[in-house]
Amino acid sequence: MYSNLWLIPFFPLVGSIINGLFGKKIKNEKVIGGIATIAIFLSFLVSCQNFFRLLGDTEKVHQQILGSWMSIGILNVEWGFLLDPLSALMIMVVTGVGSLIHLYSIGYMHGETGFYRFFSYLNLFCFSMLMLVLGNNALVMFIGWEGVGLCSYLLIGYYFEKKSAGDAAKKAFVVNRIGDFGFLCGLFTLFWALGSKGVWTLNFVEISENAHLLQSGGLLVTVVTLCFFLGATGKSAQIPLYTWLPDAMEGPTPVSALIHAATMVTAGIYMIARMNILFAMSPTTMMVIAFVGAATALFAASIGFAQNDIKRVLAYSTVSQLGFMFMAMGVGAFTAGIFHLMTHAFFKACLFLGSGSVIHGMHHAYHHAHLHDDPQDMRNMGGLRKFMPITWITYLLSCLAIAGMPFFAGFFSKDEILWWTFASTRGSYLVWIIGTIAACMTAFYMFRSLYMTFHGEQRTDVRAKDHIPESPWVITLPLIILAGLATIAGFIGIPHAIDVAHVGNGIASFLDPVFGQAQQLHNIGIPEDLAHNVGLEIGLMCMSVVIGLIGIGGAYYMYMKKQELPAKFTGAFPGLHKAVFNKWYIDELYDFLFVNPCKKIGTFLWKGFDVCVVDGVVNGIGWVVKGLASGLRYTQSGFLHNYAMIMVVGVVVIVGYYIFG
Amino acid sequence: MENLAQIAMESVNFQAIMPSLVLCCFGMVLLLVSVFLERGRTAPICWLSIIGLVVTGIISINGWNDPQAGFAGGVVLDNFATFFNLTCLIAAGLTILMSDSYLHREGYPVAEYYPLILFTTAGAMWMASGTDLMTIFLGLEVLSVSLYVLAGFFRGQLRSNEAGLKYFFLGAFSTGFMLYGVALLYGVTGTTKVAGIAEAIRLMPDASSNPMIIAGAILLSIGFLFKIGAAPFHMWTPDVYQGAPTPITAFMSAGPKAAAFAAFMRVTYISLDSLQVDMSAMFWVLAVLTMTIGNFVAIAQKDVKRMLAFSSISHAGYALVGMVAWNEVGFSGILFYMLVYTFMNIGAFAVLVLIGKQGEDNLTLDGMAGLGYKRPFLGVAMAIFLFSLMGLPPTAGFTGKFFIFAGALKAGYVWLAILGVLNSAVSLYYYLRVMVYMYFRDPVEDFSWVKMEMATIVSILIAIAGVLYLGVLPGPVMELAKLSIF
Repeated sequence: MYSNLWLIPFFPLVGSIINGLFGKKIKNEKVIGGIATIAIFLSFLVSCQNFFRLLGDTEKVHQQILGSWMSIGILNVEWGFLLDPLSALMIMVVTGVGSLIHLYSIGYMHGETGFYRFFSYLNLFCFSMLMLVLGNNALVMFIGWEGVGLCSYLLIGYYFEKKSAGDAAKKAFVVNRIGDFGFLCGLFTLFWALGSKGVWTLNFVEISENAHLLQSGGLLVTVVTLCFFLGATGKSAQIPLYTWLPDAMEGPTPVSALIHAATMVTAGIYMIARMNILFAMSPTTMMVIAFVGAATALFAASIGFAQNDIKRVLAYSTVSQLGFMFMAMGVGAFTAGIFHLMTHAFFKACLFLGSGSVIHGMHHAYHHAHLHDDPQDMRNMGGLRKFMPITWITYLLSCLAIAGMPFFAGFFSKDEILWWTFASTRGSYLVWIIGTIAACMTAFYMFRSLYMTFHGEQRTDVRAKDHIPESPWVITLPLIILAGLATIAGFIGIPHAIDVAHVGNGIASFLDPVFGQAQQLHNIGIPEDLAHNVGLEIGLMCMSVVIGLIGIGGAYYMYMKKQELPAKFTGAFPGLHKAVFNKWYIDELYDFLFVNPCKKIGTFLWKGFDVCVVDGVVNGIGWVVKGLASGLRYTQSGFLHNYAMIMVVGVVVIVGYYIFG
Repeated sequence: MENLAQIAMESVNFQAIMPSLVLCCFGMVLLLVSVFLERGRTAPICWLSIIGLVVTGIISINGWNDPQAGFAGGVVLDNFATFFNLTCLIAAGLTILMSDSYLHREGYPVAEYYPLILFTTAGAMWMASGTDLMTIFLGLEVLSVSLYVLAGFFRGQLRSNEAGLKYFFLGAFSTGFMLYGVALLYGVTGTTKVAGIAEAIRLMPDASSNPMIIAGAILLSIGFLFKIGAAPFHMWTPDVYQGAPTPITAFMSAGPKAAAFAAFMRVTYISLDSLQVDMSAMFWVLAVLTMTIGNFVAIAQKDVKRMLAFSSISHAGYALVGMVAWNEVGFSGILFYMLVYTFMNIGAFAVLVLIGKQGEDNLTLDGMAGLGYKRPFLGVAMAIFLFSLMGLPPTAGFTGKFFIFAGALKAGYVWLAILGVLNSAVSLYYYLRVMVYMYFRDPVEDFSWVKMEMATIVSILIAIAGVLYLGVLPGPVMELAKLSIF
């Protein structure tokens, strides 16, 4: 039935290999881009087929085992894929958004040196991401987990001749390694913990089936899940490991859209959702996740206020939105979290691609006028609406979606999250309050970016002013599709309270086979009395809409009506503005606390320990070995009688030892 | 009289020697065909012999899980034999693929070369399926005599002559020891059947202190140890490997060695099972000695072909570790390792075949300088084979060593495993040095003489595929190896 699952990661892998090996020889951009785009689009088609097949199937969990990977004693690992509603949804997002972004990249990356390299990496990324999502055991997932990290590193450092890009790539890699360490610790502990109960397995289905062997709420489960959560904070850019994501904007914009907004950064959410049974068993971990998510949402949103680089605003917005998803996971709203993951993939990819379209246009104009201004600085933009109408409309629609305006995609998903933080048995009013404030701030800074970029007076240098073109179709088509999805995708998850037509909450019932068991078993959900309190739910909904409108209105007032206000404000609180502008000095703090001490230890180990002790020993051994080698080679004299002699001596010694010894 | 013939025919069972029989027939037919070809035309023979190998391979695979005994218990075609047969066939196939252009370049386009390889392979198969010391000896001699000729095949070259002659003399010498061992065992037990000897020794009180049995067992082992090139019976390998035509060196280091291991394992584990403690102890010492000598002397080599010869000594040492372990993991580890070694070593030699000039004086470290940039494909291929020989993941060399050392650890030989791993570390030095020359030295030459000859490239590609497949997905083949243990 589902025997073609392997094709889904296979196509991008082939595309990556073709472009990686022969791209340099192919040279033709259309062919290179075409191969990569077709590869991922084929995956998308196969994903669609499997998705719809699963939709109509009563059996919701399917595994395809390709073969044994390793079988060493108690450890049996297979190359296997797992298709259930969760992974089905994820592959749709990854291949769907991935296809659009590949197409977009053909236009965006036009004329770049190393065009083939870019597409090879991008395909390789899709392969890794699909392995991560489809893997039926934690090790296959880990291959994907490391693979996306590697591709992220390669793509952030795509412009490697720029020092800042190289640094950002290294930072992303190192910070991610810290998270990976947590992931591995969690994995080993879990393997051992289940093994000590007699089940040695890394298979997700078996883990879910046997999770009950562990003590619910016990220390072991908490440690395991906290370790996994540390892994998730690294990949999904949460406090304390979020610092790499804003710097990752050094990569080309399509990369930011695909990897650092729509897919890779959601891997942490996916991982928690995949092991929801374990997480549900530990209320402590869930609480930690909820509060870390809430804190990240608020904190990142605050930094978003003061950034002038359009991509950095979006980067902090992504961190903040990921915080929302973690909030959802923490309060047990797994479905809402995955729902938000999906809608976020649409609108944030659209926003990033929109910003890319703007940057593309600005770059073009500056290039035309031979200027070297920063094409990403919003202070140089303004009034772009009339030059790039399609980009503007799509950006606007996505802003409305992220601000949670009614009936846009973000409205349904974000509201579901906030409702759960308020009403869930694992919820907390504090998380709800923080979430609501963060939502308001989101609306503010997103519309700030919209106004600064597309509205008001044009602040571009006069020489470049009139040369800003609308982007070609390969760029605008993905924008239109994504904006369309950002507008309507929410209707697959209509909340019960406003479901007047009784179509039902499609995504909730679709994902129920994945999350239902854990939620039932550990009493996670909306209590009866609240679940039927339609008035309360609608009231909260209206309130969050009002709060979103306040954010939008504030942005309008400050950046359209009274444009002198922001300057006045920063003048009144120079310290605060400086702190926010400098991202609360977190990078400096980390440098002081971790990076510099590590460097010092490293330098000491290098100069003191390595050079003297280790090199001394190694070189010493080397000399001994070399001496022995040149001594021994003289036994190889080339004379036949010597050889025969040595054989005879050997025989005599051995036989003599055994008979007379 | 008639009755006797009937009985004899019944116990013959040609099914049991079908693969080697087919191969021999192919060899003889090819010898006849070559007479009718004009001198210097070897390509048809080359391709026909490949067909012969493939046919034999198919016949062998068909015999999987269908053990056949024949010739009055002298031969058995079980999974164990089939696994080794296939390893030898792969070795022969890869060798033949890289041979034709080589023979022309070196000026010896002589068609007998191919049938000789087929006869060697057939001899190797008899060794792997022999269950009587006499059939094993017969196989060994068929294999050896063909190899003597092949090693000295370039009769105008001094080095090739020297190789053939040295191999012949020392081979004859070791055969003497081996036959003496067989005679002693026959004297004590009254049989040359592998299983019969085991039975007789088991029934004997304090067999392990019987000097005739001990001496017989050791002398018999020495015949095999010579063939696999274990120290201190390894002295012939560097000179022979260096002097022989390069494809033959590649073949010798893989196919016949695997066959020797096959017969060695069958005889040791079945016939000498009661002497496990003594034999294991002896193998322990020899394994460490072999690994160490091979690796250390390889360090001092400047000639890459000679370096690989010494490295093949050390690899025989790693495989011996599996013999010491004397358990299922170690056994199957040897089977697996021989297959792995076939791919990685023949692959490395195939690269050398391509980059050598006539006479092969340029196969030194300096001659490899800059290869990675001038000939990227060959550089990468060589790098893969070297990584595998070092035993680094994700190549097959890693998984192969892993299973062997795992066997030793399981049997409690911790120090042996540690020494083995340390030896692997030593080997990094000389393997990596080749890489350093390939990638970090400025090219002295432009490698313009290198012809990317199709058949050799195919053989390199197959070897790469094997190395990577067995490295990334060792599971299925390892399962087969486990099923092959008797």
